[in-house]
Amino acid sequence: MMEIQTLQDFFLHTKSITYILMAVILIGMTGFWLFLTDRDED
Amino acid sequence: MSQEAAVFGETSPPGKSLYTPFNVIAGIILIVGFVITILRFTKGLGAVTNLDNNYPWGIWIGFDLMAGVALAAGGYVTSAAVYIFGMKRYHSAVRPAILTGFLGYALVVVALHYDVGRPWRLPYPFIMQQGTTSLLFEVAACVALYLTVLFIEFSTAPLEWLGLKRARSIVVRLTMVLTIFGVILSTLHQSSLGALFLLAPSKLHPLWYSSYLPVFFFVSSVIAGLSMVIFESTLSHRYFAHKMDETHLAEKEGVALGFGKAASLVLAGYFTIKVLGISMDNNWHLLGTGYGMWFLVELLGFIALPCFLYAVGVREKNLCLIKWTSGLTVLGIILNRLNVCLIAFNWHLPSDEKYFPHWMEIGISVFVVTAGIVVFRFIVTRMPILYEHPDYKDSH
Repeated sequence: MMEIQTLQDFFLHTKSITYILMAVILIGMTGFWLFLTDRDED
Repeated sequence: MSQEAAVFGETSPPGKSLYTPFNVIAGIILIVGFVITILRFTKGLGAVTNLDNNYPWGIWIGFDLMAGVALAAGGYVTSAAVYIFGMKRYHSAVRPAILTGFLGYALVVVALHYDVGRPWRLPYPFIMQQGTTSLLFEVAACVALYLTVLFIEFSTAPLEWLGLKRARSIVVRLTMVLTIFGVILSTLHQSSLGALFLLAPSKLHPLWYSSYLPVFFFVSSVIAGLSMVIFESTLSHRYFAHKMDETHLAEKEGVALGFGKAASLVLAGYFTIKVLGISMDNNWHLLGTGYGMWFLVELLGFIALPCFLYAVGVREKNLCLIKWTSGLTVLGIILNRLNVCLIAFNWHLPSDEKYFPHWMEIGISVFVVTAGIVVFRFIVTRMPILYEHPDYKDSH
């Protein structure tokens, strides 16, 4: 794990993780939306 | 019971005793509440509360105000869905939701009178000084204005009940303006209640503290509003089914499925931003602590689980599951407000200095909720809340 010494290090660390999470969430939300609506009658 | 009987307000079958279990229990709670009320206003806060300098806000704020305001969000959520987004199929849910919201906010203001040291000074922000840089000023202004909006929105029911057609038609013409005003005011003060805790970054545990707290509070209020509509509809159907007309009964299933679906989606979004909150503050390591476990109970047990259960309930058209999930979600919102306001607040204090409410504080909270239920029952059994008044059937 990288050592955090400056605010720049902190943001680099947290934003890197958050960006990966965002990609996972975008895919996950699409799957969840399909799970929620695939039995809708329309 | 016939429609005519429902409209003209038969409240109980003739000859039925007043000493029902509900009346007796509610009566005892109200009497005890009145006694504690006298103690509170004659002997002061110290006589009936465990509040101190570390905890100037106890359960009267954490539960009665914070959870009360969130759970009263059904009014703006439902009226926005029906009048702004045009989802007329949920129209029968509007009046019960507005009534629940109106009573919720009215009781918040009542509870606030107990909590503030000098309640007669509550109007001071408006008449003595503006204090416009204070978040509490904004909350006070929004709650005062929104309570007025809810009162006007609700007033159509008593006006129909009293036969005041002209006044009723004026109020009905204001519906769209009031709805838009209600949404704006709710957005402002629901988020501001969360923003209040931005003042205390060192007192609130880092897992609950986030610069996104206003967003968390607003998004969770939408969930609370949607869930309360389902929860209240379930209880109304159980105890006031004889007061519901055919339209209300026919739309009931659609309301539960539609609101359950919306709640599931918003819960998924709420779960997402809570996780992003941990990530942005780099608080992952705190999840392994005692407070972290408690945070995970809230996150997984009262956000992720109801999100999944609502989704399954909507897919399977399982109304029973949706109704139980609404209860779980309402509990989760109450737990979140208690966590932010009390449990994770002053988390660094030793356990013997932590706050635990005095039994009389709990007594007043139970008293306030019971008063709300009694007034709700009084109104629902007399006014056109769960049915349409026959004189105005085609007026919307």
